[in-house]
Formats: sequence, structure tokens, C-alpha cells
Amino acid sequence: MKVSCNIKVNHLSRVEGHGNIRIRIKNGVVEEAGWDVVETPRFFEAILVGKLWENAPYLCGRICGICSIGHTLASIRAVENAFGLVPDRQTESLRLLLKHMETLQSHILHLYFLAAPDFLQLGSVLPLIATHPEVVQRAARLKLLANDACDIIGGRRLHPTRTVVGGFTMLPEKSQLALIKARLEAALPDLVKTAELFHTFALPDFVRETEFVSLKGKDHYPFIGGDLVSSDGVIRAEDEYRQMTNEYMVDHSTSKWSRLSRQSLAAGALARLNNNFALLHPKAREIAASFSLQPVNHNPFMNNIAQLVECVHVVIDSIAITSELLAGKWQEPRQPVVPQAGRGVGAVEVPRGILYHAYEFDPAGRITRADCVIPTSQNNANIHYDIIELARQSAAQQKTDSEIQRLAEMLVRAYDPCISCSVH
Amino acid sequence: MTAKERTYLGVPVKKPRAAFFEFTSCEGCQLQLLNNEASLVDFLSLLTIVNFREAMTEQSDEYDIAFIEGSITRDDEAEQLKIIRSRAQTLVAMGSCACFGGVNQLKNRFNDLAWVKEQVYGSQAIDTREVLPLSAIVPVDLEIYGCPIKKEEVEKVVTNLVLGKSIDYPRYPVCMECKANHNVCLFDLGQPCLGPITRAGCDAWCPANRLGCWGCRGPAEKPNVGQLRQIMHEHGFTDEQLLDRLECFGGFAQYVTELKRTAKG
Repeated sequence: MKVSCNIKVNHLSRVEGHGNIRIRIKNGVVEEAGWDVVETPRFFEAILVGKLWENAPYLCGRICGICSIGHTLASIRAVENAFGLVPDRQTESLRLLLKHMETLQSHILHLYFLAAPDFLQLGSVLPLIATHPEVVQRAARLKLLANDACDIIGGRRLHPTRTVVGGFTMLPEKSQLALIKARLEAALPDLVKTAELFHTFALPDFVRETEFVSLKGKDHYPFIGGDLVSSDGVIRAEDEYRQMTNEYMVDHSTSKWSRLSRQSLAAGALARLNNNFALLHPKAREIAASFSLQPVNHNPFMNNIAQLVECVHVVIDSIAITSELLAGKWQEPRQPVVPQAGRGVGAVEVPRGILYHAYEFDPAGRITRADCVIPTSQNNANIHYDIIELARQSAAQQKTDSEIQRLAEMLVRAYDPCISCSVH
Repeated sequence: MTAKERTYLGVPVKKPRAAFFEFTSCEGCQLQLLNNEASLVDFLSLLTIVNFREAMTEQSDEYDIAFIEGSITRDDEAEQLKIIRSRAQTLVAMGSCACFGGVNQLKNRFNDLAWVKEQVYGSQAIDTREVLPLSAIVPVDLEIYGCPIKKEEVEKVVTNLVLGKSIDYPRYPVCMECKANHNVCLFDLGQPCLGPITRAGCDAWCPANRLGCWGCRGPAEKPNVGQLRQIMHEHGFTDEQLLDRLECFGGFAQYVTELKRTAKG
């Protein structure tokens, strides 16, 4: 029998923000399919105009409730680049550690609370509290470690308080940092268990070739600043980001869309991994290998596994960073800031992909123009074309309505979209 | 979910059906609820959660308490809010966006929606309106302040709601909590701070991390904004810097108008 169905998912659950899936198949032919973002815009780029520089990181962190640290760091980097301020090594290390802990927190939230229920045929993680308490406790333990680390470095896990242009308002106690290091070491077995859990899940076998965009690492797997790269061979400097994002509007989405060499592009853990695989810690590469994940992988469902691989990488790297910080003496936490006219761009890899903040300043340090390009807005076109292809392949494989809907929902969740962010 | 029956002083406590909703926001306040891993399971057992789109697929239109995050920026949000109001016995505004409009209301200061739209979307048509707090559309029973909300405070508020106890917020300013914690005064560290005029209850969350208060919880009782302005001037800060903070979350709207009228560069 040829497939006919009319699937409409309004306000997809277990994702951040509001998006709709639509798939209409008649007699095995996809008549219509796509991804609509219906989120209300907040107009941060307008809100910033006229504001003094010191407002930018404080306000921009509030673009996102999950990756507020990433937004704050991208905003700080844009301001510092505009003013010609170069952070010292201590500040760089603390920022990277903070970034790592946000990555861990966000990936664990996604893997356990948002993605895993699909593989267990559940609507949420709640039933697991009774049936698999050790799984929920493990997720909570990992997430709590990441959040506690964000508290002692950034002052607060959500909308951080200590992160400012020039450095930090204050530094963590060494004793706190030593405790975090011990907990990081204890987290590695929990991540191995997480990998075992995901090995029991059947990841859908779906491939649509696309172009992956991320930061380009030199000596380290990249997170903060540097050149931009695509898997189709495009390389640009950080301040040429607009040539990587090429934003445009479509009438069924309040989020802008992006493209580079093809009709769509993908950002995120899988993009970072595809473009920088050799720079991952060997243990992280081992986990990747156990899932047969190697570059260039074009299965969007593998973004879940790429997130898991990154968890291993950031935990191991964080142990090294804390060791180095514990071995040294604390320097001044904050450099003085001298505003000047100019333009600055900050590119940071946040959990869902590469994020850009760009500001122009007048001589007093007031923002005259602001632009933020969000990972999920870069991914929205890719999600859209993936849904169309998934519908086509599902129709050819004569899948049932409910199976097609389940796959489409899982597909969108695999991107871990942050839809409010994409309509900032 | 199932949990053993709760009692308070030997009396069984009912488990209200709770629903969580979000309008224009970063959804961070809802995530704060998931962010207190240590007490999460305990907290969840206080309530029967029937709606929490960000974390669960199941949904229901039957609930006692609606927790709402976010401000209202489109007509469809206003209509949805009215429907939620008609179904909930208790409607709780959660966070600065829901209580005051939050950072979103900064776009209102231009008094020019066409320009705001053009800045972000160019010539593309986009639907938005002046940002409003929930209370501008429907009656709100309870407000939980902060950007973000503090989980400990939410737990206290929800426990009191479930037990039927009254909920009382401090009337004194953040400055009191900051002094009680023996923090170094932010003005002595060369930073501006709204601690002297902002409603307490956050335990001086930002000043304790050496970030001056931005007033996310709105005004304390009878805030002396004039005196704070003088303190700001004495420490070399401009009216513009005071205004940046006063207008940031919308809680001080009435004082912003006055300051703008008399501001010096």
C-alpha cells in the first residue's frame, strides 16, 4: 500500500522554543513537508542600539536560557575585539573552562532529558525516576557537576554574574576548583555508562548530504574564536562571518535562514566533530569509533553521539585546565577597558553550534549597530530540507503515519534546537 | 508520576495539577526548575505536572496552577494567556519578563515599532507589538521575581501554595541582604549598583559575585531613587548609567520616565 498521511505537529515538545512540523504524503508522493518556526521575536539587535558597551554581555546573555554563558562570552569577545583588548592567559583558561561546563550541562540535558525518552518510547524522563533511578541519578550528577562549576567560575549557572569585558569580577577559591577537579575525574565513568546506554538505542539510519560549518581548530578542538571553516572547503576569518552565514528570510519562519555553498548548512556538535576530528582527545575519538562515527558523517541523528563524544572531550580538557590553574598563582581577575570607535566580531562554539555576535561602536563606546547569528537559525534550513528528505525516504519505505511522525520529531530533536535563541 | 502521599502536621496535602507555559522569553526560568538537581525529584513530587512542553510530550488542559514565563508581544499570545487564565485557579507570573516585560520591553523605549522591525528584519513583514507583562492582559495571582528566578525561592513559594500558606516578600531592599552577607559594597569597588532600591529576596545574588545590582526584581517599598541618583553622581557615574539599569527589566518604569525628564549627560 502506498503511504498517505497528513502530519501536523504544533509546538513540538522537548525542544527549546516553538516550532511546527508538517508532512503531507499522498499515494507515496510527498506533496508538502517542512519546518516552521513560529516563535515571537524579541529584537535584541534593536534593543542594543544606543546602549553603552557594558550593557552588551549582560543583556545578550539573556538571549538564551540554556546557553547564556556562550552568548555572554561571544558578546564579550565582540566588545574586546572592537576595543583591541586581548584577554590574558588566566582569563582565557577560566573562560574556556566555563564554556566546557556549559557544553557538558547542555549536552547532558539534551541527551538524557530531551532525546533519550524517544528511544525508550516515553514522553519524558519522568517515568524513569521510578523505573531506572540510577539513570536519572547519573544524569543529575553530571548536570549538577557542570552547573556547580559554572556557579563557582561564572557566578551563576544561568545568566552569569562574574563574566565581564576585561575578565572576571572575581575568581573562584582554589579549594572550590580542586573539588570540581575531583568531581570531573569521577565523571568519566559516568560518561562511559552514558555511552553504554546510547549503545542500546537504535539510531535511525538516515543520510542527507550537507555542508558543515564550525570554527577551525589549530592546535586544539575549537571553542572560542579563530578562523571559520566548512566541510565543503570554505575558510574565512572570524570577522568575515557574514560570508559564512548569508542570512535571508522565508515567509513561514520568524527565524532567519542561512546557506553557504549548498541550499542549507549545519552547525553543532556533529559539524565541529566533522571539521576537527583529529583534534579531539584520543579517549573521545575512541567513543566516537565505538559508534562508527567518523568524518564526514552526514546522518543528523549522529549529532546525539557527537554531543556525547564532546562531553568526554570537555571533561578531560577541563581536568587539564583545572590542574594548570591550581598549579599557578592567581593574577588580577580583570583588565581595565578603554572604549573606542570600531567594529568587533566574536565567534564562539556554543552547544548547538557556531554563534556570532558583532557590534559597531561610536567613540564613547555606544553601540550603533548589532548583529547576532545564532546556531539554530543557521540550522533551520537544514532541518527543513531534512524533513522533506525524511518524508520522501519514509514514503518509499512505506512507513506508518505514527512512525513517520516519531522519526520527524526525533530528527528535529537531534539538532537540539534552541528556537527562542534563533528568533532573538 | 506516582509518589507517596505527602502530609503536613499529620494532615494529607493535596497535589495540585500544575502546568508550565512560556511566552516571549529565553525559557531560562523554566530551565531553572530543572537546574536544581539535588532537590528536583522532591520538588516534582509536590505537584502533578500535566504540562511542561520543554521537558515532556504529554499535555492536558486540566490544571489548578499555571506557571507562566515570558512577556506578551503578539496578539495570539494574549489570546492564549486568556484561555490559560480561564482554566487555572491560580496564575503565577514567573520571572522578570512575565512580571514586568523584562529585557524584551527595552524595545518599547524607542516608541517606534517600524524602526525596531526594520533594524532586525529589513523590509520583511513581521508581527510584533509593544511588550506587555502578563498583568496588563489578565489578573495575576502571584509574581515570582528575578532574571532568572531563584530556584530556592520558587520551591518556597510552591510549598506555601500547596500548603495554603500566605506568601510574603521582603519589602526592604537588596542592600540589606548584601550587608547581612558582609559583602564589600559595590560602590567601594567602583561599580554602580541598584541594591539600595531593589526588592530583596535574592540574597544579593549579583552583588555577592561583585556585580552591581541591575534591579531585575523591581522596586523595594518606597525606593529612594533620588538619593541613589545622588550616590551614583558622587561615585562618578552618569544618569545614563543609572538609566541603563533602571530601564533594563521594566520594574522601575515609573521612575524611568521621571529620570529621563531630568537626566543630565
